[in-house]
Amino acid sequence: MHPAFSVIFLTTLIGAGQGLFLALYTGQLYSAFKLLPVQDSANYYVLGSLIVLVLLIAGLVSSFFHLGRPERAWRAAARWQTSWLSREVIVLPAFTGAVAAWGLVHYTGWNPLLFTISDTYEIDLSLVVGAAATLLCFFLFLCTGMIYACIKMLQEWATPLTVVNYTLLGISSGFILATGFAAWQDSGLVDFFGGWAIFVTILAFMTRTASLIRNARIRHKSSLETAIGIRHRHIEQKAQGSMAGSFNTREYFHGASQRNFKYIKWVFLVLVFPLPLMLLSIGLSAQAISLLIAAFLIQYVGLLAERWFFFAQANHPQNLYYQTV
Amino acid sequence: MTQLALVIDLNVCVGCHACVTSCKEWNTSGTAGALADMNPFGKDPTGTFFNRVQTFEVGSYPNTETVHFPKSCLHCEDPPCVPVCPTGASYKREEDGIVLVDSEKCIGCNYCSWACPYGARELDEERKVMTKCTLCVDRIYDESLPENERKPACVNACPTNARLFGDVNDPDSEVSQAIRDQGGYQLMPEWGTHPANHYLPRRRTHITIHDDELVRADNPLNKERQLPMPDADDPTLDETTSW
Repeated sequence: MHPAFSVIFLTTLIGAGQGLFLALYTGQLYSAFKLLPVQDSANYYVLGSLIVLVLLIAGLVSSFFHLGRPERAWRAAARWQTSWLSREVIVLPAFTGAVAAWGLVHYTGWNPLLFTISDTYEIDLSLVVGAAATLLCFFLFLCTGMIYACIKMLQEWATPLTVVNYTLLGISSGFILATGFAAWQDSGLVDFFGGWAIFVTILAFMTRTASLIRNARIRHKSSLETAIGIRHRHIEQKAQGSMAGSFNTREYFHGASQRNFKYIKWVFLVLVFPLPLMLLSIGLSAQAISLLIAAFLIQYVGLLAERWFFFAQANHPQNLYYQTV
Repeated sequence: MTQLALVIDLNVCVGCHACVTSCKEWNTSGTAGALADMNPFGKDPTGTFFNRVQTFEVGSYPNTETVHFPKSCLHCEDPPCVPVCPTGASYKREEDGIVLVDSEKCIGCNYCSWACPYGARELDEERKVMTKCTLCVDRIYDESLPENERKPACVNACPTNARLFGDVNDPDSEVSQAIRDQGGYQLMPEWGTHPANHYLPRRRTHITIHDDELVRADNPLNKERQLPMPDADDPTLDETTSW
């Protein structure tokens, strides 16, 4: 498939935003259950949710560039019963709204105590709003992943690993960002976020590698024989039905040379996993904010390459009709 | 339930592209707007076509066969492009099974074109909406046309009658009979899309002649030869019997 930068930016930006929210909320949950010190809400949570909102809205804006008719984008909420894309179009603004509400509760300080669990743990409004946002957050990961995983013709995508990778890579990116953010805010959660970031990044490395191994061994169901229905082992295409290009020769081919295609795979494997892990561990031990921020930025560049490769690797069966692109 | 479709006879198609040009000519004047023609006289002309003819060479020289392969939307009975559409612009008509795109609702997200394994959909570069073969829905029901012209433009244009049009769910229709009698098949059956359009295969007119058909198997003289020949000085049948 042809990787569209609008979708690459959409998925990586909202992934980082979702991950950062999950990190902040995990920290809050730990504090509520008295496992971590309570954070100063005015600066820490408000600023954190603002960063999440900026990432989500930037992703949403980017997605509009993918549409031929962006002025009709509102129509995309219509078919949520059947279309994962439609579900994402609904859940993304809903999650953005929930994060905004969560930030607002922290900002206004209007955070009434709702109930207590076994007289020790106080559950206030922000925890409940955050829990709703967390549900939406995971549902958004599911929607984003399923948009690709539900198309069975694109066999490289049609696996649960697609959803798992979107989720884990988003969480990894967000937790690394949270580590940098916590260090900048001097919040005391740096090691907490950093530890989780390292754990999730290693987990994401394993699942992403698993999908690479799966896709390297994939056997495509369609062949030129089934495409035109002629049983012969030697079929050569002589004409593609157009003098120059067509939508079919542009939309479904990544257009990069085989060398660059392989090169980008190694670029993302280095930039997304070992390099940020190294920077994280050095940054955590040396308490260096710049290294932690660098870990996020370098991994983000790597995630752009990862997403490019994800699209480029998918081999659409219609390409069988265009043998000489 | 009616399911209109095309049946394309690969044995007859000569690859003249008359269906391509007549399709473009008819549909570029359609109510949904003109089909884009970008850079038509330049270096890389491109544009929207609902129907394209490709050519394949099957086999190795000198035993090759040229197959001209017209390709358009197959109007699947279980179209994968329809459920993925987020706006409902992509739909399949209940009454005749034609798969259409509502150009007023389409947001041009390309998602349906990803779900179609045949690459039958093209985003129009000028209108920025998804386009595809409509089976000339604005023609086949037009009562101002003479009845024999109420067919898709490509079917009318085909000089060799390689394209048949009709209801594949009606067992007595011309298309259903052609599919049954001449081995009609669907493209990429592995995806379970149940394309309504069928293709009739290349076929050669063979006659198989077995050796026993070259000699008269019932020739009594040949039959006798299978027995040992009588000696030359043995009496013949005529000498031993008195008729």
